[in-house]
Amino acid sequence: MKQTQSQQRPKRYGMAIDLDKCTGCGSCMVACFAENNVSFKQDETNKLLSITWLRVYKITNGKPFPDTEVCYVPRPCQHCAGQHEGHSPCVSVCPATATDYSLYTGIVSQIYTRCFGCRYCMAACPYHARYFNWWDPIWPEGMERSLSPNVSPRMRGVVEKCSFCFHRYQLARDKAYLEGKRPIREEEYQTACTQACPSGAIVFGDLNDPAHEVYRIVQPDPDNHYKARNPRAFRLLERLGTNPKVYYLSSREWVRRAGDNYLENEAPGTIGAPRGAH
Amino acid sequence: MDSALIPEGVKRCSLWKFLLALALVGAVMLWGVYAMLLCWIKGLNQTNMNDYYGFALWIWADLAVIALGGGAFFTGLLKYVFGKDQLKYIINYAVLIGFICYSSAQLILGIDVGQPLRGWFIFWHANVHSMLTEVAFCLTCYFIVLTIEYIPLALDNRQIQKVPFFANLTHNMHSAMAVFAATGAFLSFFHQGSLGGVSGVLFGRPFSFREHILIWPYTFFLFTWSAAAFGPSFTLFVTWLTEKITRKKLVKDEVIHMVAKISGWMIFTYIIAKSIDTLYWMFATAPSQGLQWSFFYQNNPLYGKWILFTEIIICGFLPGLLLIFKATRENPTTRVAALVLGIVGVCLNRWVMVLQTLAAPVMPFDSWVMYIPSWQEVATTILPITYGIILIMISHRYLPIFPQERELNPIDTPDAPEAAELPEPAPAVVAEGQSA
Repeated sequence: MKQTQSQQRPKRYGMAIDLDKCTGCGSCMVACFAENNVSFKQDETNKLLSITWLRVYKITNGKPFPDTEVCYVPRPCQHCAGQHEGHSPCVSVCPATATDYSLYTGIVSQIYTRCFGCRYCMAACPYHARYFNWWDPIWPEGMERSLSPNVSPRMRGVVEKCSFCFHRYQLARDKAYLEGKRPIREEEYQTACTQACPSGAIVFGDLNDPAHEVYRIVQPDPDNHYKARNPRAFRLLERLGTNPKVYYLSSREWVRRAGDNYLENEAPGTIGAPRGAH
Repeated sequence: MDSALIPEGVKRCSLWKFLLALALVGAVMLWGVYAMLLCWIKGLNQTNMNDYYGFALWIWADLAVIALGGGAFFTGLLKYVFGKDQLKYIINYAVLIGFICYSSAQLILGIDVGQPLRGWFIFWHANVHSMLTEVAFCLTCYFIVLTIEYIPLALDNRQIQKVPFFANLTHNMHSAMAVFAATGAFLSFFHQGSLGGVSGVLFGRPFSFREHILIWPYTFFLFTWSAAAFGPSFTLFVTWLTEKITRKKLVKDEVIHMVAKISGWMIFTYIIAKSIDTLYWMFATAPSQGLQWSFFYQNNPLYGKWILFTEIIICGFLPGLLLIFKATRENPTTRVAALVLGIVGVCLNRWVMVLQTLAAPVMPFDSWVMYIPSWQEVATTILPITYGIILIMISHRYLPIFPQERELNPIDTPDAPEAAELPEPAPAVVAEGQSA
């Protein structure tokens, strides 16, 4: 299988989320839960202990009524590449190589059976996209039968996170291999959240493939750490040098400004990576 | 009853008094063991950590005890490599304290990880780019070195020395100690540094991220420096505490003053470096990430500018200067005050580098999150302290940890072991007389 991959150009799977289209309905979160066997507790009121691979944040422009504007920001794992490919904040710090960066897909993986639960990756991730299993997963009676057989449930004491539905990539890859080692088509590998979004706010695909919609929307610049050429597009905390693969789109400047930290005199989108970032 | 085990020529309290004290500390220790078992059996849901606080009280305690245990490697370096021979009168205790600190750190890490049985993965699947991997390797190696350094001390017991094999082994190990001290100093440089690197490399966390020299962020060097500075202060403080509890003078003042002076200069130079690092972070690093430094000290109930002032001025420059000036260094009150301030300072530094790093929001629409440890976390953090007290009690009673003790506390009775059974003397006068 590796041979097939090495014969093809590396993929760079990524996502574009149009925040002007997102209604905050939460379908993406629900789809993610069901698709990835994400465990839950009877009481999920403490969000600091809830596992939500994809979490929808609600942000406002801070203005009083009637000028108040609201925006919903779905936040999956950003699958950061870092300033040189593979130097993600989390991958670079994991002491046991339990999280890894695929140069074939650009996806940051999590190896549950190798993770020993030190949580250094959680401390490293500025997006809070990583979750620890503080409890054993306990499913309501009978629900075990509805779990996805393609995703291993996680045990207590390990970290988990969004995998860009990597099992779907594996299935698509196997199918393409069996059908004459052809490339994976765009529609064959889509994440659950992308398909569940009723307003079509999420677009997923290969950021290296000009034929893919996500490429056409984002127009990534490979010479500038894949910064978007589309002026509507931005990435969360781009200045930290994390080089994420999840892009957000908005026509509202206050939303774009909310995607990163800026000094008072700075305008969004004009700032490069910070000094010293790796 | 146990007089045959007590070193010759020294006095110890009666066995029942010793056992009573042991039982009291042991009871607290059992509380910690209970909490530890809860964490192991029921999982880390017993703590108040959460997905924002993956690191919390335990990691702070880990970093703090390792910094405080730095007295072992630095005193060893000064004695065996730089030839400060006077330090031989305190090196045993420095090694014992270091051994306690490092074994405590290992214990805490054993409780802290979510899957303790997979702890060996850090060696087997090692990611050489991770600072934590460097910590694990150097910490383990240095703990082995400390164990090797502690073994001849343990073998120095009067009864064990009667066995020729152990007597020879002890002698030979003492002879080879310079090699281990040098190895320990080398390893300590890297593990103390890599502990600083743990937070310094987090480029996703603007509060702790620091720029680099080669692969090492500035915090790498600051952590090593601070451990070498404040570690000896902790050794002196525990020595002072031991003298107060045993009501005996155990180490001559000239040795204490020497260590205090070295510690003072190390603290002073460290805090200058720390100040430069902080200023650079304030006016270069943080703004380059779109943040004013004041952002990290507002809009939350705990972390204000006071913490920076306390760490650098009150618990940095002040103890450094108090230990540098002869008058304040040789005055027991100001010296001990300086030691305490220094210990608080280094612990505060470790706290902010771990806890404040995680408390501060990074995404603009996120918010500060505070944390209060659960009783299980507190109990398991007290656990290694009780273990340390017990090991010190046993070592002090049965081993000649302080070479000057006999000279400083002469016993009138010709039969020293018998004297050990006598009620507690009142050597405070003797002690004060000696220190004057």
